Amino acid sequence: MHFGLTEEQQMIVDATRAFVENELFPHELAVERSGHLPLELIKEIQKKAIAAGLYAANMPAEVGGAGLDTLSWLLYEKELGRANYALHWTCVARPSNILLAGNAEQREQYLMPCIRGETWDCLAMTEPGAGSDLRGMKASARQDGDDWVLNGTKHFISHVDLAGFAICFMATGEEDTPRGPKKKITAFFVDKGTKGFTVRDGYRNVSHRGYTNGILEFDDCRLNKRQILGEVHKGFEVANSWLGATRLQVASTCLGRAERALGHAISYAAERKQFGQQIGKFQGISFKLADMAMELKAAELLTREAAWKYDQGTVTEADMSMAKLKATEVLAMVADEAIQIHGGMGLMDELPLERIWRDARVERIWEGTSEIQRHIISRELLRPYGA
Amino acid sequence: MKVLVPVKRVIDYNVKVRVKADGSGVDLANVKMSMNPFDEIAVEEAIRLKEKGVATEVVVVSIGVKQAQETLRTALAMGADRAILIEATADVHTDIEPLAVAKLLAGVIKEEAPGLVLAGKQAIDNDMNATGQMLSALLGWSQATFVSELAIDGDKAVVTREVDGGLQTISVKMPTIVTVDLRLNEPRYASLPNIMKAKAKPLAIKTPADYGVDVAPRLTVVKTTEPAGRKAGVKVASVEELIAKLKDEAGVI
Repeated sequence: MHFGLTEEQQMIVDATRAFVENELFPHELAVERSGHLPLELIKEIQKKAIAAGLYAANMPAEVGGAGLDTLSWLLYEKELGRANYALHWTCVARPSNILLAGNAEQREQYLMPCIRGETWDCLAMTEPGAGSDLRGMKASARQDGDDWVLNGTKHFISHVDLAGFAICFMATGEEDTPRGPKKKITAFFVDKGTKGFTVRDGYRNVSHRGYTNGILEFDDCRLNKRQILGEVHKGFEVANSWLGATRLQVASTCLGRAERALGHAISYAAERKQFGQQIGKFQGISFKLADMAMELKAAELLTREAAWKYDQGTVTEADMSMAKLKATEVLAMVADEAIQIHGGMGLMDELPLERIWRDARVERIWEGTSEIQRHIISRELLRPYGA
Repeated sequence: MKVLVPVKRVIDYNVKVRVKADGSGVDLANVKMSMNPFDEIAVEEAIRLKEKGVATEVVVVSIGVKQAQETLRTALAMGADRAILIEATADVHTDIEPLAVAKLLAGVIKEEAPGLVLAGKQAIDNDMNATGQMLSALLGWSQATFVSELAIDGDKAVVTREVDGGLQTISVKMPTIVTVDLRLNEPRYASLPNIMKAKAKPLAIKTPADYGVDVAPRLTVVKTTEPAGRKAGVKVASVEELIAKLKDEAGVI
């Protein structure tokens, strides 16, 4: 078994890290303090990211991406994840893979402008009454001749303010399952400006300053059937086959920030002197560092293994859930301990630790809460026994 | 016109350098290595010449351990066309000396016949600042060192050199050896699609014997020591006292 990185992978890490440190880090404090990422700044950094071939590098080569395997892509995600989320997500965007599921016309209309940096995509699934229980969603679409008419509300929709369109998952029917009636779901492309489609500002939240979310309202919003992504009633299947690795993406970005926090903790422990010696020489501090490094490595190995299996076609849902669960929980632990090692200084926003600590909180909630991940893992263990 | 760019794998400029316990040199085991930053500038300049249509091909050469392949791949990912590695040692701690490097490069140049050699003015590990000049002497070519601006004008290169007193502009006859300084350009990032494509670009592996060059060291390192640590500072009570100390004690104003 080979655990090392290839030459290309190391170069991907180096190139992405250099960009993140030179082009994103210098803007972090301003974004964190204002909670706002100005469009002019986005455009300025985006231009550099496109020139550096980092923009939309998650995409296959035939549509202008870097054509990376899963592990290489996740190494790139990890480096991007070191920086403020709003900065890396917006200025070095990775359009959703689900856009590849579109037909030729949809690819041209929706995918390509995202890759060229002309607009952004966003996905709308969550509703006030449907979070983890997606198939309990209420927002619906009903067929009317060649059209579909959408009604309902979606919320917590990330980046919808910047996006030119939203991929909306709507209930289009119901079916009986062994666990009771579940909604049939269809995915639609909804353009901003479509009659009956309103976007309102969402909520301010503790994590990821500069990041935005919004509320979508559909009031007899009429769409032609051409706007359907995939097939009618197959929205869940489209999401499952194209969004499979997003848990690994979250895991990787968390690893990047955890590594950054650990780096700060190590150098501070080696420099800071109290009671006549470097604080890293006190066991109370050094053992923390050892545990942080060990947990981080464990999380990284889980993520890399899942990535490798993803490319082999042998990955399981539990593999990806374990990686996401471990990486997000390790980030929370590492961020908390890094602050503890810094003492009061760790709480000041001159260092990135307080924000890494705040940002860690959402990671255990979005892309499937820690509880959902544990459910997925345990389900895979118990199913063979009929439990 | 073909452009040849020698690149060296050196300790990364961000790494906190540690001297080996026996003082024989710097500890390079498990240390991050990168392309010499001045060489990166030379690669960038060569690629820009190609983009402008002045150069037709950019060939990069490295001399050292086999891991220098990574450095060459970085240059290929930036946009160089082809690479040559001369594997001259198996030990990461062995530095091939400037004269041996210059002789090997002279051998490569005889085969490749480039119209221009763009090299870093020096490597940041040993700061010799000698290879370009020695190469020029060995080939009998013109040389322009510490270059901060470069323009190719027919069979002449017009270059601006950073000299002690300011900037000097000279014109040299091609083919020529140009060694580049920090302000010539800002190197690009190796783009991810190009990193993936770099794998398919040719990288030839040679040995010093192929060029009939003896790379045995002629210099002996007597001792390597860390720079002296900074001495404790003093606190001053007022601006007047500070100015007085700078004037009378430090003698800097």
